[in-house]
Amino acid sequence: MFLKDRVLAFASGAALSAAILAAPMAAQAQETIKVGILHSLSGTMAISETTLKDAMLMLIEEQNKKGGVLGKKLEAVVVDPASNWPLFAEKARDLLTKDKVAAVFGCWTSVSRKSVLPVFEEMNGLLFYPVQYEGEESSRNVFYTGAAPNQQAIPAVDYLAEKEKVQRWVLAGTDYVYPRTTNKILETYLKSKGVKAEDIMINYTPFGHSDWQSIVADIKKFGMAGKKTAVVSTINGDANVPFYKELGNQGIKAEDIPVVAFSVGEEELAGIDTKPLVGHLAAWNYFMSVEDPVNSAFIKQWKSFIKDEKRVTNDPMEAHYIGFNMWVKAVEKAGTTAPDAVIDAIVGVTVPNLTGGYSAMMPNHHITKPVLIGEIQEDGQFEIVSKTPGLVVGDEWSDFLPDSKDLISDWRAPMGCGNFNVKTGKCGGKGA
Amino acid sequence: MNSLIRLLAGLCLLLAAQGAAGPAGAADLAPLVRMLGAGGFDGTERAVAGMAEAGEPAAVPVLEALLAGDLHVRKPEGDVVVARRQGAEMALTDPLSGASLGTAAPAVVDKIRINNSLRRSIRAAIGSLTLMSPDPRIRLNAAHAVFKSRDAAALETLDTALGRETDASVKQAMAEARASVILASASAPEEQKLAAIDTLGERGDREVLSLLTGLSRDAAAPAALKQRAASVVTDIEQRMLFWDALQNLWYGLSLGSVLLLAAIGLAVTFGVMGVINMAHGEMVMLGAYSTFVVQEVFRAYAPQAFDLSLLVALPVAFAVAAGVGLAIEWTVIRKLYGRPLETLLATWGISLALQQAVRSIFGPNNREVGAPSWMSGAFELGGLSITYGRLWIVVFSLAVFALLVVALRRTWFGLTIRAVTQNRPMAAAMGMRTPRVDAMAFALGSGVAGLAGVALSQIDNVSPNLGQAYIIDSFMVVVFGGVGNIWGTLVGALALGTVNKLLEPYAGAVLGKIFVLVLIILFIQRRPRGLFALRGRAVEA
Repeated sequence: MFLKDRVLAFASGAALSAAILAAPMAAQAQETIKVGILHSLSGTMAISETTLKDAMLMLIEEQNKKGGVLGKKLEAVVVDPASNWPLFAEKARDLLTKDKVAAVFGCWTSVSRKSVLPVFEEMNGLLFYPVQYEGEESSRNVFYTGAAPNQQAIPAVDYLAEKEKVQRWVLAGTDYVYPRTTNKILETYLKSKGVKAEDIMINYTPFGHSDWQSIVADIKKFGMAGKKTAVVSTINGDANVPFYKELGNQGIKAEDIPVVAFSVGEEELAGIDTKPLVGHLAAWNYFMSVEDPVNSAFIKQWKSFIKDEKRVTNDPMEAHYIGFNMWVKAVEKAGTTAPDAVIDAIVGVTVPNLTGGYSAMMPNHHITKPVLIGEIQEDGQFEIVSKTPGLVVGDEWSDFLPDSKDLISDWRAPMGCGNFNVKTGKCGGKGA
Repeated sequence: MNSLIRLLAGLCLLLAAQGAAGPAGAADLAPLVRMLGAGGFDGTERAVAGMAEAGEPAAVPVLEALLAGDLHVRKPEGDVVVARRQGAEMALTDPLSGASLGTAAPAVVDKIRINNSLRRSIRAAIGSLTLMSPDPRIRLNAAHAVFKSRDAAALETLDTALGRETDASVKQAMAEARASVILASASAPEEQKLAAIDTLGERGDREVLSLLTGLSRDAAAPAALKQRAASVVTDIEQRMLFWDALQNLWYGLSLGSVLLLAAIGLAVTFGVMGVINMAHGEMVMLGAYSTFVVQEVFRAYAPQAFDLSLLVALPVAFAVAAGVGLAIEWTVIRKLYGRPLETLLATWGISLALQQAVRSIFGPNNREVGAPSWMSGAFELGGLSITYGRLWIVVFSLAVFALLVVALRRTWFGLTIRAVTQNRPMAAAMGMRTPRVDAMAFALGSGVAGLAGVALSQIDNVSPNLGQAYIIDSFMVVVFGGVGNIWGTLVGALALGTVNKLLEPYAGAVLGKIFVLVLIILFIQRRPRGLFALRGRAVEA
């Protein structure tokens, strides 16, 4: 293992130097504002994160066309943490100390975010994190532009219970922190709604699990107890393709046992034949199929930037779109890129999202979003079947976990606390 | 294809119905058809229910079009039309008469959206409307649909259809559907329901189990019914127990065949030649990408022959992987024979380089490899449900294994490989060009890995990381089976697959995998040379 890591570190070091060379090293270095992009361009996570790097480059290019920020051009600094969690922390430190970037947009997995968190807090940097996650965190230096569980998982379960009359639940996930925490929240939530323990089946699989035969058969069996059954899937990344293929092969139709997924978007579906999957669901805060002029313009811009008519847009891209615009607005409001000033200025900043509304940065460093439920269509897009009437505020400390239900977060003065316990009236609960 | 046949049959039915009832039937439906496009999901739902109630078979093609997503609302008229893509335009037809309404720009029509609950209602409506169809296959589908929908309104039609039915299997399906409807209905007398339970008990599959389990746990149901249902459930569950064990065994065999495929090329390069090839997984990946490229060519030039694409991909994948393997052998491995640690490092580096190369050429995203129709779907064998894809992979892996054994044991080429690996100086002294044999053997192992890639593209992601998922498992299989013995690889793969799948239902997927690893560690400690250890002088060499 030691040997493998060394080789990996060496290889990714090589990849990094290549990436730095490739990044625009313009001559007018002192007149630009640097923006760090910390997404894996090699290794397992490259599949998801490369797209976000491209999306950031596009947003920065657009902003520069509009004249940049504070009269200065923006300059992207792209690094490649190579899906290697400790390397994320190293690269983050480089970005903050060597490149002196004003803000960093990056990370995908929770473990990579946890890895860079101490670095951003120590160096007082700014991180915009664009992916849906398990909550249970609020840092002064991090802005969570993806969904918290109450902005994705809970509305999805409500939809199934109300519209599909689901009474029996399979919570299937990959074995790591996001699915485990989300499923714990969902289990408590379902039980609070009167679902019995015997009507909940929880199943975990390893990363990259590819043989789904027995698990899909188990789900089929579980669904044959005379009650309407649904699967809530927190299965991550590459394991989804064989999972959906097996569902199709074993003839589980969405009309019989619908699957609602929290990690499957347009990008993931691009690798699957979606005909057998029509009707299975996903819950996100954005779908490419949203009919809105702002979204159409964004899609057009993306396709021409990436020079590929077939490329799709997805939810984390929208999160970066919102996060980047919020940062630009906050910097202009503060008149400087100094982190403390931006942190003070950004709370309350409101920018348009891509679903025809506005998202605002809340004091807990999470944002307001609508929740959409979509059904998979034959063309790999989602048909939106439900949308929350208003915006949902991201809840960092879940009300459905015993040790976090009393915590709140508010980074405005005078509280300035990420884990304030409303019972004891003190700052410093869990996750300090 | 199937839906096309049904659509055509539906059209015939429509014509027949019009002949019999005159155009009045279609006229009655017209307001309902218009309703389909108004009032969102709820409005569509009401219109579908209305069509089912009207009992007019002329509605079937309309419902089929709705299910296929072809029904649109035309702006600004607000009437419902069938619109299908025709180049850049949409070709419009009237949903009831089928008359052409010309073409329109896609922006002029709005698709009528459907969701899961609508899909269920539509299928149920089609089911109850096609019970009298002249085609026995459509009647069979209709009976299955009614079985699922349990719609009491279909009972009357069902009784008439049953009385007329001549086909035995359709008759049985209808009787079962009738039993299912009666059980669900609130008004049916108790003795009818008891008889229904018996009818269903004879069928005794999972769907029946689902119906009856629900009934046996229903607090509101009469005691006699619950008791009968519970006893039938126990019966079925007992029968299922046996089939479940068999099913797990099949899953084990199927997982074993995947392991075998992944490991079989390694059995040559590592097992026979002794090269620790960390880039083995990438050969599998190259095979999978070759399949993707071949399929793209088929999609572009010969979409009607798509079912043959996998067969064409086999030689291509073999050639690509073998070619790359040959290049690696010539440029790197040749210089490192007898230095296992350096070989390991060098091939690990090659694997990273190959991954990144593929990522640069094809992009980091998954590529879609389609399944030919003969590999899609599943069939029932007794209580077993076997998917065609898995069945073909089992057959394919055994075929590849058999071919490899024949190649190594029965051909001159195999003879030279064995001679060189067993005693290199002696083989050289006999006039064999050993470097050339090494290169060919390595190419053979790589090519076989490429073949595995074709099969694995059917069940896994085609992404640059495909190979990494299999490299550990492959080494595990070869070491467990016994290095140097190709039969050991076969037995090792099947044994590991079966043990894994038998453990999974009890321990879960994560713990199951850990148990298997612990078992292997213990086993290797007892028998360091694996299941089938080589004996004799070859061991010392």
